[in-house]
Amino acid sequence: MATCKYDWPPEGERELIGKRIERLDGPEKSSGRAQYTYDTNPPGRLIAKLCSCPHAHAKVTSLDISAAQKLPGVKAILVVHPVGDEIQWAGDEVAVVAATTEEIAEDAVRLIKVEYEQLPHLVREEDLKAAEAAGRTKDGGEQTAGDPAKAFEDPDTVVSEGFYGLPVITHCCLESHGNVVEWPDAKSVRIWSSTQNVSGGPGQLGQGLRLKKVDVEDNNIETICNYIGGGFGSKFSPDRWGIEAAQLSKMAGAPVRLMLDRNTELEMAGARPSAYAKVRVAARKDGTLTAWDSDSWGTGGPGPAGHPPLPYVIEPPNRHWKHTAVLTNIGEARAWRAPNHPQGCLITMAALDDLAHKLQMDPIELLQKNVNLAPEVLRKPYSEELVKAAELADWKKNWHPRGDKTSGPIKRGMGVSLHTWGGRGHNSTCNVMIRPDGSVSVQLGSQDLGTGTRTVIAITVAETLGLPIDAVKVEIGTSKYPPSGASGGSTTVGGVSNSTRRGAIDARDELFAAVAPSLGVQPADLEARNGKIQAKSDASKSLTWKQACAKLGVKTIQATGKNPGPCHLGDSGVGGVQIADVSVDIETGRVKINRIIAAQDCGLIIDVKTAESQVFGALIMGVCYALFEQKVMDETLGVMLNPNMEFYKLATIGDIGEFVVHMMTGPGYDERGVIGLGEPPVVSPGAAISNAVANAIGVRVPTLPLTPDKVLAALEKGAMA
Amino acid sequence: MRRKKDRPRKAGPEKSALTRRDFLKGAGVTVSGGLLVGSTAAGAAPPGPEAGFVGPGAVPVTLRVNGKVHKMNLEPRVTLLDALRDRLFITGSKKVCDRATCGSCTVMIDRKPVYACTVLAIEAEGHNITTIEGLAAEGKLTPVMEAFVNHDAQQCGFCTPGFVMACTAYLEREKNPTMEEMEKNLGGNICRCGTYWGIRHAVVEAANGMKGGAHGNM
Amino acid sequence: MEAFEYASPKSVQDAVKLLGSSWGGTEIMAGGTDLISAMKDGVVTPKRVVSLKNVKALDRAQGKAGAGMRLGAMVTIRQLLDLPQARQGFPGLVQAADGIRGEQMRHMGTVGGELLQRPRDWYFRNGYGLLAQHNGKSLIPDGQNCYSAILGNSGPAYFVNPSSLAPILIALDAKVTLRGPNGQREVELSKFYTTPNSEDEREYVIKPDEILTEIAIPESSARTATYEIREKEGLDWPLVAAAVALQMDGNTVKSARVVLGHVAPVPWPSPEAEEALNGKDLTEEVADAAGKAAVSKATPLSQNGYKVQLARVAVKRALMRAVKGEA
Repeated sequence: MATCKYDWPPEGERELIGKRIERLDGPEKSSGRAQYTYDTNPPGRLIAKLCSCPHAHAKVTSLDISAAQKLPGVKAILVVHPVGDEIQWAGDEVAVVAATTEEIAEDAVRLIKVEYEQLPHLVREEDLKAAEAAGRTKDGGEQTAGDPAKAFEDPDTVVSEGFYGLPVITHCCLESHGNVVEWPDAKSVRIWSSTQNVSGGPGQLGQGLRLKKVDVEDNNIETICNYIGGGFGSKFSPDRWGIEAAQLSKMAGAPVRLMLDRNTELEMAGARPSAYAKVRVAARKDGTLTAWDSDSWGTGGPGPAGHPPLPYVIEPPNRHWKHTAVLTNIGEARAWRAPNHPQGCLITMAALDDLAHKLQMDPIELLQKNVNLAPEVLRKPYSEELVKAAELADWKKNWHPRGDKTSGPIKRGMGVSLHTWGGRGHNSTCNVMIRPDGSVSVQLGSQDLGTGTRTVIAITVAETLGLPIDAVKVEIGTSKYPPSGASGGSTTVGGVSNSTRRGAIDARDELFAAVAPSLGVQPADLEARNGKIQAKSDASKSLTWKQACAKLGVKTIQATGKNPGPCHLGDSGVGGVQIADVSVDIETGRVKINRIIAAQDCGLIIDVKTAESQVFGALIMGVCYALFEQKVMDETLGVMLNPNMEFYKLATIGDIGEFVVHMMTGPGYDERGVIGLGEPPVVSPGAAISNAVANAIGVRVPTLPLTPDKVLAALEKGAMA
Repeated sequence: MRRKKDRPRKAGPEKSALTRRDFLKGAGVTVSGGLLVGSTAAGAAPPGPEAGFVGPGAVPVTLRVNGKVHKMNLEPRVTLLDALRDRLFITGSKKVCDRATCGSCTVMIDRKPVYACTVLAIEAEGHNITTIEGLAAEGKLTPVMEAFVNHDAQQCGFCTPGFVMACTAYLEREKNPTMEEMEKNLGGNICRCGTYWGIRHAVVEAANGMKGGAHGNM
Repeated sequence: MEAFEYASPKSVQDAVKLLGSSWGGTEIMAGGTDLISAMKDGVVTPKRVVSLKNVKALDRAQGKAGAGMRLGAMVTIRQLLDLPQARQGFPGLVQAADGIRGEQMRHMGTVGGELLQRPRDWYFRNGYGLLAQHNGKSLIPDGQNCYSAILGNSGPAYFVNPSSLAPILIALDAKVTLRGPNGQREVELSKFYTTPNSEDEREYVIKPDEILTEIAIPESSARTATYEIREKEGLDWPLVAAAVALQMDGNTVKSARVVLGHVAPVPWPSPEAEEALNGKDLTEEVADAAGKAAVSKATPLSQNGYKVQLARVAVKRALMRAVKGEA
């Protein structure tokens, strides 16, 4: 194959790529110096608070802000929902107050008098019939392939039926959603935004403001986000409360900070849709899958929110799925780390695990047997990952058929799951600059969610220029830099590594051209290595980096790198296999994680350390939603009962168990180039843990989270069966 | 903000006859509460001679933060966290749950870890307050911070200062740390990105470093 | 949080003078984690807060190994955990305190505040009152009652007492000293908690103008243990807990005290369990029978039947822990 101008260095020639490198922003974060949106205090900034609707569905019948307006310290009040407006979920802001202090803003909110006409609501969806009776369902799609009806009737097949599900959960970003906005002059807006989408911010805010008759050009808006305290898919725009903050700032003539309180953060700043499904799955006695049928439903709030991919990854030739969206008054769904995949995965992998049990087969064997039903690009990785994960888990020794037969209340079990994700690099543009003094910088309108984006950019540029990582100044976090995509869909690492590799290669080649004459060689004979520019043919012909850059005279090299672009630097489609090892106390129903093993591929890994952190983090987030999380709604009141971090339960450091993470690298993986990783490893934990619990106690706990009440109920039901 | 449910509030003894405006009148003045409240309105006994009420308006509060003295005027209801973040712009301690649950706001008062979100600023007067900014000199890292960096015990980083504070306080107090005790001690801090794995390893390293290599049962 | 006036008296006497004669206008603050959170949620809206932080007399712990203990109300959970006499004499109390996590809560939380913390019930914390009434009807029976009471729930209250320390302290016959305008009185902790019948009442017998100043634990040779069943290892309130204090004669139970936590609006002593134990050799079977007896009168709701099983197991495990003498 002809080499392309833009490529990744082969193994053995990589100085930084593929090594374990500490994140660049580690010291800033661990010392508390990192400044987040919430920490931004431009002089004279006001604090804004929401006056929220307490009802799930209501019409505003009267609204009086006069008393609040008179309160000293109140600088502006914006009515968001005037009389007559209909509100679709509790927590939605009817008005927003900006005042000099948080206390005054809260006092003012208490002085706003709002009256509502309450309208019928629906906030719970597990009972599909009740939702249908209330007229709150919508066709969510249906698809058939092959002839499932006939396949299920085949007398030579074994059919397993089951019910599985996951409730609505929230993102619960530790830095709540919000923005700090100021108008440096009448025409310009500066917005510090807790966002996954720096480059997209100005367009979104500009459009929002113009809809509110506030005249501003996108050109004159700067979105800034140096650090963000968690997004997970819920922070792609400044949100309507960002637009409101900008309006308040204009009204008050002062900067405004509007960060959501924890309760509104949990009530309305993002939810992962629920999914419940009745499933039938069939296989021949040797385990060859023949048919799938699922009837699923779920809610993502007032509007439809997509459907889980069913069957997930492993697609029997005869299949049918049907999905129903339940429309509820619970706040809007937002993309939650690997949208729809954890739902599809739990439902499918639990169904396959139950089928394996019925077939009296080892579930890993069942998956291996049917790997050819996965998309072609994933078959080999899955096969290898199943082998690797099983080896790391000592599966052959530790696994037992369903139901731990040892005495005592603690039952141990293991479960397996596999998952996929796309992760192709997004559109990204960067400027790589080499200055005559030897300093190097790279600018792009990207953001680092804590995934290691800064570090990946620095590694890529430093590797390309043969420099140490700290020789590269990475500048991201403002929309003034060349546009780079939003950090969603695990697209960032591919996008920024590919654009900066191309930009850095062009910049390097320009430098080669500038210094080649002085070394008396052709530019093509030069290489950048170990802080030197040297001839490949004669290492004695070399200049230090600084000497080389000095040859630029007064000229600064500026190269633009783009993704997509020429040559193969990245790909899409990763696989992963996870095995959970749990202990269940069958007297208390309490599930404890002993260990989770993850084998994960993602093409060429730029920084192994931060990549592994993504997987560790995903496993822990998976433990959270497998064991603890759910958005608890009261149907009578229509409100969320746990909009706080006491009852919206997340794992603590003593709840997580042990982990083994194995990244699949080397031949077969590296040559695919860079592929995203943030989302895929969070897909499987729910399914792997659920399967492990079933393996331990001998019965399926049908829905997550696997709380003591559900585990005990399943045991009781199983004992009666 | 926390919205009030529209549950009709009882006009019983739980409810004071006072209006908000009565209180706001007192803003900025230090007065005896008895004078402001009236002896029966809030069901309160008449104040004794040593009553010493302050507020509800702003009163002078002096805080010693990281060795520096700050004089402010604060209402008694202002929490230490809000005073640090919104008045002094010392923002390393984060506001997350705001209800003594998640640990992101952890600071030390007289070297003991506390949730700054549920300490009144006025109650921190006369004590030494240490925030994450006060642990290390500018540009330097403490052994705990270094261990967090080495083990990548941080992703978005929003819980990190609270964890560093809690770890530091724990290792200062506990000379013979065990993994089990550490997990109970740090059980009042929550991370959403899932950095507990790195934190566990960081605490072990920091414990080793602080003990010069020998460590208890970690 | 609404504005309030604040005082920080130096003596109990002075503090008492600042209190009102009815609930709501004034709140007493100890560690503050619960009160300030409740104020932020608008669950309580005092016009006056009286802090006990400067009452130095309240943060003392007295007692000797093998003898009783007196704990000032402002003794912190951390102090309690570190008390050698508690560790030696009352392992069940230390086990209960050990369930309070993490270190911030242990430093801020006080034993007095722990006993007086308001219920965690999510309807209460969302502003629907202790009795969670809506349009004259309780929200609980048809609502989200997975954490609600399984015992003592025949009245209008379904919340559970949130205290971690109360069950073992009741099992140890502890008394609390309440100081009011007319002097002080001692109340057995077993009679301190009460189930409110209206929103004007609170869940304990202390009066609005009284301060809980001290907890006295009498000398005891009982074997004690607490067993909590919790969802999370970190900061979380248990689903259920059981505390036991056993006077033993060899392996025979001379007299037993069994108190359940988080199952009823008050800490729930179980004479049924005690009866199942007294005079018996404490085997696993006897412990299990005691657990069964403890929940024999349980009246679970639509979602909390599992707590009956948990309570039964907690009693059994607390008993076995006490017998084994686990620290």
